[in-house]
This record gives sequence, structure tokens and C-alpha cells, in this order.
Amino acid sequence: MITRKRLAAGACGALLAALAAGLLPSPALADDGDSAEGAPKESPKVELVLDVSGSMRARDIDGQSRMAAAKQAFNEVLDATPEEVRLGIRTLGANYAGEDKKKGCEDTRQLYPVGKLDRTEAKTAVATLAPTGFTPVGPALLGAAKDLEGGNATRRIVLITDGEDTCGPLDPCVVAREIAAKGTHLVIDTLGLVPNAKIRQQLTCIAEATGGTYTAVQHKEQLSKRVKQLVDRAADPVVNPVATKGGASCQAAPKLTAGLYTDRAKFGEHRWYQVQVKPGQELRAAVSIGADRAVNNDYGILVRAFTLSGREIVRGQESGDGRTDVISSGLRYPKSDVDAEKGQEPPAETVCLQVSSSFSAPPSVKTEPGMPVELALDLVDSPKKAADVASFGLGHGWWLLGVLVLVGLLAGLVFGWLSRWRVAVWRTN
Amino acid sequence: MRTTRVVSGALLAALAVLGAAPAAGADETPSPSPSAGESAAPTEAGTSFRTATAVKSGQLATAGASTGDYLYWVFPADAGQDATVRAKVALPESAQRHGAQTWQLDVYDGLRRKQACTYGSSTATAPKEATSVSLACHLRTVRSWAEQSSNDPLPGSYFVRLTVTSLADDDLGLPVKAEVQPAVVDAGGSKAVDGALTAPLVPGATTVQDDAKGEPRQISVQASPEGGWASGTWSSRWLWTAGGAVLAALAGVAGYAMTRGSGRPARVPQGY
Repeated sequence: MITRKRLAAGACGALLAALAAGLLPSPALADDGDSAEGAPKESPKVELVLDVSGSMRARDIDGQSRMAAAKQAFNEVLDATPEEVRLGIRTLGANYAGEDKKKGCEDTRQLYPVGKLDRTEAKTAVATLAPTGFTPVGPALLGAAKDLEGGNATRRIVLITDGEDTCGPLDPCVVAREIAAKGTHLVIDTLGLVPNAKIRQQLTCIAEATGGTYTAVQHKEQLSKRVKQLVDRAADPVVNPVATKGGASCQAAPKLTAGLYTDRAKFGEHRWYQVQVKPGQELRAAVSIGADRAVNNDYGILVRAFTLSGREIVRGQESGDGRTDVISSGLRYPKSDVDAEKGQEPPAETVCLQVSSSFSAPPSVKTEPGMPVELALDLVDSPKKAADVASFGLGHGWWLLGVLVLVGLLAGLVFGWLSRWRVAVWRTN
Repeated sequence: MRTTRVVSGALLAALAVLGAAPAAGADETPSPSPSAGESAAPTEAGTSFRTATAVKSGQLATAGASTGDYLYWVFPADAGQDATVRAKVALPESAQRHGAQTWQLDVYDGLRRKQACTYGSSTATAPKEATSVSLACHLRTVRSWAEQSSNDPLPGSYFVRLTVTSLADDDLGLPVKAEVQPAVVDAGGSKAVDGALTAPLVPGATTVQDDAKGEPRQISVQASPEGGWASGTWSSRWLWTAGGAVLAALAGVAGYAMTRGSGRPARVPQGY
């Protein structure tokens, strides 16, 4: 009897040990370890656009003239530019000293071509600059965009100016939006040297239109630090999305596979895309729409997945208010596996993705070109569905233990009495 | 006599195992790994979902920026974990500012869906004379599986966006210093749910990549937990259930023993 009980206890212990050993956390299901950050295919291009207009003579940055501060900042930036960055310099208002506005407003020139940086040469070129003419920001941006043309490198323009573009009729903000709409992934960062409402408005508008930033410069160190930071940012490897054009209906929609896409959608416009989802696959879609211009305070986004027959499968939505760069949402659609006949691949389902936003803008804001849409699609294997609320239907907590102990005790008593009764019956017989 | 000793000894051992189980499950200390020291913490922030800077749990990521910039970071959170993001912004000198500023901390999941904060002030307004503003957001427990129609947090990348949402226009572009610290802790077995994703919600993880061409991967792919993603099969529920089974078995043995009484049965005649 004693030996048997000890055996039973031993078996329990062994069982527990086996359970514990077999169920220890199993590592890693998706980490392949090689998250290699390959260098971009082409080295990034940056163009610094410097205002050399007459007003740069003003001595209001740490007691120095704006021009001197800019020159010093440029020297520091040129020293710190990463090797792989191809850097160019363009000036505006550097050459024409006359009074003719028409001529002055065409005055923009490439001072140093975009390419492998020769620090000494670039510095010498910058040293020759003297504050001279007008402030044609629009033409300078167009020129800079042209300088950076070609290839699929990361592009960035850093605009440093102390005055608004008074040249007209070319609004630099419209120019910036047109440059962005070309889909060349060009970002314009702006730095204003004067805290003036008009300049700030113009520069924030340019930055907003291209997904760039605006900085109000007050000190020399701030200027060089910021420009250095922006040039370094250009050197970061980044995945550029592929341009696509969504259809007006599901039938007219482009067929997309997993990847990163970009599109333009006007206010109130619906965009459709088609994705093929095989049984046993899960579709993951993330969409963001950028607010690249002044928009009304309240906005939202709706992403829906439809079947070809027009039944809604799942939706993702989000809304917000206040300043924003993007509004985004996403959805998941796991398609359950089906048993296919032998040798036959089960047909893929065509899922239609509809993207719409409730952005609106005051009448003064241009609606062309549309707002930038970014679409990230992933296709993975379907998840293992939950069969129970709890993990594997297992229990947890003191109530569970109490119930188990109580039931175990009762069962033991019942079996004990039963066997005693049986022994007693056997004995009497 | 010996029987009782064996039984009570086994009972004590089982209790010791069980006592260890909940303690392991409810481990509330943040797990900043020693290898991810302060030196490795990022000092720049990204400017969009695509360029978000990867930051690990427990790391203090800092960034210099201009007021009005949208700053993005990304950190990984796995099934059964609770994530809390804290942010602090050192504002420009109050003499330069023209009014109050409202800052906001948003957390998005790998599908760019905005995640609810269960507690913590994710929006805060700093008066003109304030020198800094602090924000926090505690997410719901990350589940290993969720219905397609829900936006429950799932294992994968989490994007943090920090920005100023309302301010005096004159204050745009002034320099600020921002710091963000995500902390991920284990939520314990009581939060372990069934089901599992085949791949975490990491954008771009499945995109066909031509590494030979040197195409860069999305930065979020680099933000994976140390030791990889857990499969979600382990939880302290196993210990509770197994421990309960052992206790039940022992209780059964004890109950059985009780009916025997101690010593020899009274009715057994002498000589047996």
C-alpha cells in the first residue's frame, strides 16, 4: 500500500516536470535575424538653397550679419556632410544688383553642382557670396528640383531665406506642391531667418506641401545644427513607395501585390485598389492620407474591403481634429483555408479596397493636385483562430485550484468509501 | 504514518511550484535589457511612419526638433505585454513664446490604426510660463489574436507620434527638445488569450525584398524584440493548470487515505 502511494506521488511529479519541460517558451516565429539595412541603391541628393538677397546684410543674428551666419553654418555643414551624400548649392538673388524687378526675379543660379562633394571647392564658392538682389524663391525651388532630377535617390531641398517671395505671380507654395505631386519623393525643408508672420506662412506652406519641416532660426549654432540634422536625415535609408493610380470603381482599379504604394486623392474622391487574396492568407492594409495644405479642423479616413459583388468585409476608420500631418487607418482580412481538390490550387479572391477621406478645405485652398495617399499592403499566412477565450483553454487563479482540490478530495473520499465498502462486503462473504 | 509524511511532503513541493508560478507571471518590473544601454539610444526622430526611428523598450530616445515638427518613433510589443509610452518636451524659453501650447502623443499599431490609451494624459496643454510638458499613454494589453473587425492591440510594431496640435502661430519653428521612453512589461498569465498570428504586425516584413539590389528595408522591421517574437504558446496558465492537477491528485489521495483511518481496521481479527 505504502509503496503504491509513493509511486503515485512520484508519477505526478514526473508528469509535472514533463509538462514544464515541453511547454517552455519556444522562440521566434518571424525573426529571420537579417534585418539588413542595405545602403540605398543610389546615394541621396541634397541641394542647399541660400537666399543672397540684399536684406541678408542685416546684422541681427548674434550680432553678425545674416549672410555671415549663413556662411559660417555652411562651412560647418560642408565639413560634417556624410560621405555618401551628393550635395549641391543654389543661390537666389546673388547676381543681379539692379532695380529691374523682372530681371531680379529670374536671378537664381547653381553655385555648386549636385555631385560628390569637394569640400574646399564648395567652401570657396560659398565664400564669394555677397548679399545682392531680390528673393525669387519660386524660381529657385523649380531650379533646385531640376538640379536633383534623375534616378531614384532620396531627394531633399534645404531652403534658407530671410524674406518672402515678392516676385509673383509664381507662388512658391504652389510650386512646392507641384514639385511634390511629380512623385519624385522630394522633401523641402525651410529655415526662416526673420520672425515675420508672412515669411513664416510662406515657408510653413512650402514645408507642409512636401512633408518637410519649418524652423525659425534665431542663433548661429541653431542654424548649423539644424541644417546638419536635415542633411543627415537625407542620408538615412528609406523605402520609397511605388506610384500607382487608384480607380474610380473596383472594376477599374489597379491590381496590387504586397508593397508600399503612393497615390493622390482629391477632396471627396474615392480610390479603389484590387488585391488577390488566396485562401489561407491574410491581407493587411494600412493607409494614410497626408494633409499637405490648409484643411478644415475636422477630418477622417475610411478604408473598406469589399468583395467583387460589393459586400463589405471589414473596415478601418479614424477621425481627428487639429493640426496634423496625416490621418491613417488600416484593416486585416484573414481568409480561411479551404480544402482544395487534388492537384488544384484554390482560386484567389479579389478583394477591393476603397479609400476615402473626409478632409475639406476653405474655398481659397487649391484642390489640385490631390492629397498624398500612402498604401502599405502585406500578405501573410492566416492566423490560428482562437478556439477559446483563454490561451489553449487553460485555467488560472486560486478559484481554479480550490475547485480542483475540493473535487479531488471528494473523489478520493468517494473512492475510499467505495473500496472500504467493497472490502467489507467481500470479508463478510 | 509514513503515508501521511509522503503525502504532505509532495503537497508542500507542489505548493512551492505553484507559489513560484504566479510570481513569475505577474512580474511587473520593466525589462530594459542590459545590452541596450543608454549609449545605443537614438538621438534623432523620424518624420513619418516610413522613417520612424526604432527604439527599444526602456530606452530613452531623444531628439532636437522645431516646434510643429511631427516626430515618429517605433517600438515592438509582443503578445501578453503592457506598453506604456512616456514623453517629455522641453519647450523653448517662455520669453520667446506667445501663448499656451497643446502637445499630443499618439500611438499607432503596425497597421497605422490609432490605439486607445487606457490611462495617462496623451494630450497636455502647457501654459506660456511652463518650461516643459509631460505626456503618457498606457496601451491595452497586447493580445495574441483578435477578431478582424476589432482594433485590439496585436503583437507587432507600435508607432509613437509626438507633435504640437495647437499653438500661437508665431511659435512655429522654435527649437524644442523631445524625449520618448517606451516601457513594455509582461501582463501575466491572466491576460493570456487563445489564437495566434502567423506573423506580427510589422509593416513591410513580408514585402518581397531584393537585397541584392541593396534596397533598404522598412525601419520598423529592425524594431523587433530582443530574442525574437514569442509564439504566444507559453503562459503561466500552464503552471496553474498543471499545479491544480497535481493538487487535485494529492487531494484525491488524501481523501482516499482519510477513509482508511489510522492503523489497522478495528474489525480485522488478531493473527492476520
